[in-house]
Amino acid sequence: MLQRLRESKSMQGALLALPTTLWLLVLLIIPLFLTLVVSFGQRSPDGNVIYSFTLDNYTRLLGYNTDCPAGQSSCFDPLYVNILWRSLSLAFNTTVIVITLAYPLAYFIARATPKRRNLFLFMVLIPLWTNFVIRVYAWMMLLRKEGAINIALGWLANLFNIPFAPLEMLYTPGAVLVGMVYEFLPFMILPIYTSLEKIDNSLYEAAADLGANAFRTFLRVTLPLSMPGVVAGTILVFIPVMGTFIVSDILGGRQVILVGNLIQRQFLDARDPTFGSAASLILMVMTLIVTYFYTRKFGFGEEIVSA
Amino acid sequence: MNPHKRSPLVIAAASLVYFFLYAPIVILILYSFNASRANVTFEGFITETSSRVVMDGSLVKASPCGFFHWYCDLSRNDDVIEAAENTLTIAFTATIIATTIGTMAALALQRYDFKFKPFSQLSLYIPIVIPEIVMGIGILTLFSQTFGALNSALNLTGDSRLSLGIWTVTVSHIAFMVPFVTLVVQARLQGFDKSYEEAAMDLGANEWTTFWRVTFPMILPGVLSGALLAFTLSLDDFVITFFTNGPGSTTLPIYVYGLLRRIITPQVNALSTVWILIVFLAVLALQWLQSREQKPAQ
Repeated sequence: MLQRLRESKSMQGALLALPTTLWLLVLLIIPLFLTLVVSFGQRSPDGNVIYSFTLDNYTRLLGYNTDCPAGQSSCFDPLYVNILWRSLSLAFNTTVIVITLAYPLAYFIARATPKRRNLFLFMVLIPLWTNFVIRVYAWMMLLRKEGAINIALGWLANLFNIPFAPLEMLYTPGAVLVGMVYEFLPFMILPIYTSLEKIDNSLYEAAADLGANAFRTFLRVTLPLSMPGVVAGTILVFIPVMGTFIVSDILGGRQVILVGNLIQRQFLDARDPTFGSAASLILMVMTLIVTYFYTRKFGFGEEIVSA
Repeated sequence: MNPHKRSPLVIAAASLVYFFLYAPIVILILYSFNASRANVTFEGFITETSSRVVMDGSLVKASPCGFFHWYCDLSRNDDVIEAAENTLTIAFTATIIATTIGTMAALALQRYDFKFKPFSQLSLYIPIVIPEIVMGIGILTLFSQTFGALNSALNLTGDSRLSLGIWTVTVSHIAFMVPFVTLVVQARLQGFDKSYEEAAMDLGANEWTTFWRVTFPMILPGVLSGALLAFTLSLDDFVITFFTNGPGSTTLPIYVYGLLRRIITPQVNALSTVWILIVFLAVLALQWLQSREQKPAQ
């Protein structure tokens, strides 16, 4: 046996990879299958799972409702579809704003002298590694009625003698959007920076020699070559925004319910794991579809440039 | 043409984004020195002389810590200390295991051919493309279903019942940490010059000696930065821990989240400030490691 192991390269490789592969199989892949199985099940009165095959959880998510006004056997309830749509559009808006904010900063860092570049990058890493929950808390302090933003606005209004009443910013959809943008901004800066930094300086010189002005150079050289960074950053931002529930929980109060909150509540408060599993699978399918089409569309554009 | 030239517009935009990134953190730190216990408004710094903090409308005796009142308060909070101990225990255990098996997998994927190789490689991307909450509830379902079945099959009662705790959190953390370690070490192995190993073998070293004396020292910076990344991911994790922790296995992020939904005193700010300071030092260490990796020893 030992002799065979010493001689067989493929057995050695399999043995080395076995612990990791088994670990991922048991704790990532099997749980996904289990979620799929549970999502077809039924809830027992005490909140357990009765294994069966029913599509009830999915039809309920998509708006089919059996609890209707008198005279109707079924009707459309847009509650869950609205939650899914809200999550999707929030993820989209967050990603667009994050790209707009991250790009100039990444460009600024990439164009800095090598010595300063490290410092500027370091300054992006600190907020990135500051705990997620702490960063939500920081915005809670800023946005509330007596918070720093209202104090600053009141001071400004006072300066210009404008009457001022503190704004209600916490527990609104806007607060959730700002929180999401803040949480995920660093995840966009780093990949864009990486792709910008790779661009060969001689390309800029060539563009200048051929008579392109700064704006044209940016549009025709810099932007296309940095697209891989934008695509990577989008995946790193869009997917987690779709599933996050802390930001909406803390900054949205109970006003802004996203699919993450829906799933969390099914498992902890409502005790309906079968419905939660179905919502979770819909979330996974939504992110996979968006990611697939997005990378296919822009991955193609990337190839045109490199050709 | 100067490649480092930037238009004033870019500089202005970049400064604004830096302001956006740092203003909340600065305010957070500022409030950790707040004289008001309610922590709704900033009512000035706690100073040595005026350290009479208004507590529930009444005056309390001057704190011996003065300016750092809330930090002293924090150090006496047993819940925080227990949560910090849990967080570190989980992070250390999970990092050691994830780094060991992750490095082994990186070697296997980069150097060997075996039956389930494509499956192994593909499974590494799961934590990147799937929202964390989906993994979290999947793992929770796995644990609750198997524990339920085992508890009733083996007739376990009371303390011997299987339940969520520190070990379920640790085991789940390893699952999402391993892919990051493996991918980092794999990247390091990709740029690896095999001639060093061939030279060692030519000089009569066997595979085992060659690995420990040549290969391992060369990939060590990659292994270390993978380990540090894994460690930070574990310290920082909220979602997976949220679904896999049980009584007595609260970690710091879970503890802070619990506080945010109840009463918030400047103690939370003090805790956050200490945490940010630790992150600052950790990022510094990571950068130092990476700069060493870029310039290998001569």
